[in-house]
Amino acid sequence: MSDPKVRLGVDIGGTFTDVVLEHHGALTTVKVLTTYDAPERAILDGISQVCNQAGVDASEISSIIHGTTLATNALIERNGAKTALITTKGFRDVIEMRTESRFEQYDLNLKLPDALIDREHRYVLDERMGANVQVLKALDPAEVEALAEEIKTGGYESLAIGLIHSYLNPAHEIMVRDIFAKALPDVTLSLSSEVSPQMREYERFNTVCANAYVKPRMRAYLTRLTEKLAGIGTTAPVFLMHSGGGIISLESASEFPVRLVESGPAGGAIFAAHVAAKYGLGKVLSFDMGGTTAKICLIKEQNPKTARVFEVARTYRFKKGSGMPISIPVIEMVEIGAGGGSLASVDAMRQIRVGPESAGSEPGPACYGRGGERPAVTDADLVLGRLDPDNFAGGSIKLFTEASERALETHVGQTLQLDTTTAAFGVSEVVDENMANAARVHAVESGEDLSGYVMIAFGGAAPLHAGRLCEKLGIQQMLVPPGAGVGSAIGFLKAPFSFEATRSVYTRLTEFSPPQVKEVLAELKAEAGDFVRSCEPDATVQFEFRAYMRYVGQGWEIPVDLTQDEADAPTAERYQAQFEAAYANLFGRIVDGLDIEITSWAVKGSTEVPQPEMITTVTAGTAAETSGVRHLFDPASGRFVDAQTVERDAVEAGQTVDGPALITERETSIIVPAGFQASMQSDGCLLVTQTSPARAVEPSQMERSA
Amino acid sequence: MSTEALSAVSNQVMWNRLISVVEEQAQTLVRTAFSTSVREAGDLSAGVYDLDGNMLAQAVTGTPGHVNAMAESVKHFMREIGTDNMFEGDVYITNDPWMGTGHLHDITVVSPSFFKGKMVGYFACTAHVVDIGGRGFGADANSVYEEGLCIPIMKFAERGAVDMGLVKIVRNNVREADQVVGDIYALAACNEIGDRRLVEMLEEFGLETLEPIAEFILENSYRATVERIAALPRKSVTNEMTIDGYSDPIRLCVRLDIEEDHIRADFSGTSGIDKKAINVPHVYTMAYACYALKCAIAPEIPNNAASLSPFKISAPEGSILNAEHPAPVALRHVIGHMIPDTVLGALHDILPGTVPAEGAGSLCNFQLSIRPQSGGNAPPDARRAEVLMFNCGGSGARPSLDGMNATAFPSGVMTMPIEATEHTGPVIIWRKELRPDSGGAGKFRGGLGQYMEIGTTEGHEFDFSAMFDRVRHPARGREGGLEGGATRFELDDGTVMRGKGKQAIPPGRKAFLALPGGAGYGDPKERDPALIARDVAGGYISAEAAMRDYGYKPKA
Repeated sequence: MSDPKVRLGVDIGGTFTDVVLEHHGALTTVKVLTTYDAPERAILDGISQVCNQAGVDASEISSIIHGTTLATNALIERNGAKTALITTKGFRDVIEMRTESRFEQYDLNLKLPDALIDREHRYVLDERMGANVQVLKALDPAEVEALAEEIKTGGYESLAIGLIHSYLNPAHEIMVRDIFAKALPDVTLSLSSEVSPQMREYERFNTVCANAYVKPRMRAYLTRLTEKLAGIGTTAPVFLMHSGGGIISLESASEFPVRLVESGPAGGAIFAAHVAAKYGLGKVLSFDMGGTTAKICLIKEQNPKTARVFEVARTYRFKKGSGMPISIPVIEMVEIGAGGGSLASVDAMRQIRVGPESAGSEPGPACYGRGGERPAVTDADLVLGRLDPDNFAGGSIKLFTEASERALETHVGQTLQLDTTTAAFGVSEVVDENMANAARVHAVESGEDLSGYVMIAFGGAAPLHAGRLCEKLGIQQMLVPPGAGVGSAIGFLKAPFSFEATRSVYTRLTEFSPPQVKEVLAELKAEAGDFVRSCEPDATVQFEFRAYMRYVGQGWEIPVDLTQDEADAPTAERYQAQFEAAYANLFGRIVDGLDIEITSWAVKGSTEVPQPEMITTVTAGTAAETSGVRHLFDPASGRFVDAQTVERDAVEAGQTVDGPALITERETSIIVPAGFQASMQSDGCLLVTQTSPARAVEPSQMERSA
Repeated sequence: MSTEALSAVSNQVMWNRLISVVEEQAQTLVRTAFSTSVREAGDLSAGVYDLDGNMLAQAVTGTPGHVNAMAESVKHFMREIGTDNMFEGDVYITNDPWMGTGHLHDITVVSPSFFKGKMVGYFACTAHVVDIGGRGFGADANSVYEEGLCIPIMKFAERGAVDMGLVKIVRNNVREADQVVGDIYALAACNEIGDRRLVEMLEEFGLETLEPIAEFILENSYRATVERIAALPRKSVTNEMTIDGYSDPIRLCVRLDIEEDHIRADFSGTSGIDKKAINVPHVYTMAYACYALKCAIAPEIPNNAASLSPFKISAPEGSILNAEHPAPVALRHVIGHMIPDTVLGALHDILPGTVPAEGAGSLCNFQLSIRPQSGGNAPPDARRAEVLMFNCGGSGARPSLDGMNATAFPSGVMTMPIEATEHTGPVIIWRKELRPDSGGAGKFRGGLGQYMEIGTTEGHEFDFSAMFDRVRHPARGREGGLEGGATRFELDDGTVMRGKGKQAIPPGRKAFLALPGGAGYGDPKERDPALIARDVAGGYISAEAAMRDYGYKPKA
């Protein structure tokens, strides 16, 4: 029998699958290797392990909240389905021509990223919608049927359909779908007017291409997962974490898998926000480093910032514009190919490069002894003394140091005439610098300065690198919460059921109709409320009302929050006042004498998330008991030092550990650099604080990188 | 660590912060602007200045053309307004081509920044507005007086109160008055955001003035730039390039002298002032000459007064690259964008294997003036509209990379989404896609240009103001690479149109454009066959061109 107090969070990362069981207030966690050929296998394995440990029967689980980076990885590694784009004649190259600009103005050797779908796989139809919802050129069904025949010979698994102005009038896209669905029953279809009904063809087409590209695999996977779960007696509904930080149904997720892009990281951000709330922190940098990627997110006042467009797979020093835009609601963050599994190599300029290619879990880093021959970041970590070869992932994976040394020597050391340790140091330093640089760029783009920020580090590899990252960024405090290795999965369990119902209804304030506005908002409220209650029938649903407004003639709307009362009794005057207040707050000055328009409406319904209890931090106490000493490489001084090792479980609240030290736990180890002190908090978080001033600042901080 | 090292670190942080302040200033302009040229294309710039009018940081936006021009302009404002006449809440304005950024369509707004009641610096920003009156944006004016309204350096707002008289004058002199006035407000707003962030920064770091950080920025930038220049061979080199011009071809000549601590670029020998509006004020020549030199020599050093000062640019008075008032200058970009190819061509002799082959060069912009069909049979909802579009040809092939397809160089502005453009007026873009075979053949291929077809919804006719070059002078290849495809501008019935100037498009007709490609680099016979096969499969080059230019036969 399912028990509402038993819930499961599952996060599939590029290397590990994390499973977290919440049962009557307690948490049991397990980390297993991701099984690429059938990701559900790792989940079932994890469930059986976690249930055994907790003494819970799988049938007691009442709901499963699932997030995955499978979709993101497919886009970064370009290994999705064989996909074609069907678009309007004359616009075959929209996804290749991008914005016709260079994202770096001063680099003569700039390389633009390739389009997701190659030119020979882009087909056109002779049709055209206008900007006023009118049909400029009607679509001939015979042409669509003929195209379907041509497509058949191409062996495509998935089709993206993106036509000009379809966000206003989707009739032609729907006609294409209806004909294709009959002619090509085995091919999955994605419509831009459904995936991302927003103006701006490049973003919309690219988003529908990304959806189509990941859809066949995600859908097949989700179907297999529910079947397999039923096989072990779990009939609990499966919900999916989406990129905006809320939870959606399995059906929506199968249809719009692009919404799962960044779902794991979104869970991580929710997790960090939860920790920030416990400690009352206003400025937090969440640093989530897993096996394949690192995610950096700024969290101010305990709310991760959200956006309506983001970029995935940036290819050029993480620079804005070098990736591909996806227009869906998303928690804003940067993600780069830097994880424990990221592979190192030496390029033509004799520079060490790390990532974005990842060893993943199969074969994994060389030290896994599963056939991996190229060195990964984890290999460097092992050689530098950060990992215990006999106690990795709770002892479930034995690590082979010699294999790491061999790989580093062959692929880095020999080329650059470096000894193995220096090669490992080089790899580690390059990946840390990559991450620090990404954090700096993101902070700049957000108009923030990182000093004064507190880092919250989680994800399997983060605690190994977070200390060094703090040194590089001038951050003086970091928190490593318990369960750091499975943070995203815990975050899933803290996320509300939420759904944002949106609609494009153009309304000018001079033509404002209160009954119409009231009706639109009431309908959206009902839609959002029904969705949330379909996930949790007895839930108390909270609603947020929002209008996207601008002066007539502007191109970008600003979100204007409305109260329930303003939604129930709308007047043009009140909306104008709200808009002007929001506009003045953002931009300082309102514009006189111009009409104001509302372009779209959103109502978000979400279940209430209980406020966590506040923690009072402790920083001074007795020293925790040392369990041993290990040779640990100290990157700031460039040599090995003797570091004390301490078992995390043995540290009591209020006790401290002085760096250099390694605090070991089942899923990862926390490196406390020299000049830092860790103190155990009452909730199990480790607070790591800089105690002596920063050591020599490396030259990389002094110069702008070339 | 020493206090010196510590303050070096905090200076570094503040420098980065100032750059992020101006980036945010620019972003605010994008978010609040009305014209598509600003909000979609990014034709704008933003910067922060010390009390002496030295530019300390500039946002990297799409417009290298604003680089030096912006750096110079604040000093003009200080002189014209008078620093003792500046108050908190003031906003100054001009669009004088010789005080701002080179044509009337660019409006520059400067605001003094105050901290604790004392002036600490200035913010300035510039944006290209959709219309400024006169003949409209185009090549046809015979003097700057025909090009529209000129606002001298004056106060747009004093102590926060906007000069409504000026607003009325603008409203009564421009087409699309709401957009233009809205953009002026957006410019003021963006300086205000910069000001707010600057005040926060001063508070956070406990500073009273910008002086210490200004000194740090200027010293470091100057030293780094001079080091790069010192590493070059001490040589003098020349290059010349001929382009279409309005009616007569124009010769651009440059001589570069590399000295120990500076580079001189002199444009003697360049053609004289043209009768039509393609002349370039000196500020704009400086901007693009500097840009080319910086790309090749010191790309990663941020732009400011000191990092620009070692580049000494001159052009003879009365030449098309140093046009004086009242020369018509509306399309100064068409010639100005050709300066980098001219300068880079000369640098090729000093830095082999660094600079690209020639590319499309100038942006392929056009402005449409749409109106209800004449003869009284227009539908009742027909209307007038001014529509400006930025589009790009291909860039030149690089020594080890193909050129970029339909990508702006040297300008860095973005194209507007056609869906956004079609919301601004009754225009229909029927086609906007790559132009096969337009990339010059070479070991590395030039970037492809693009095809466009432009019409209106029923019941309208329009004037097409063309601003194209490389019709008769396509991009030239380097080291054996072939020419890029030349520009073509025709009606859909095949009638050939002029590359520059306002031309009527009859009702029901469409304009057809083939925008130019970049040139190739190296001998086409040396191109990797796998790349040729890929190009043929994707239709970037036709099978015939593969055979003709590359001697390529597909495997059976």
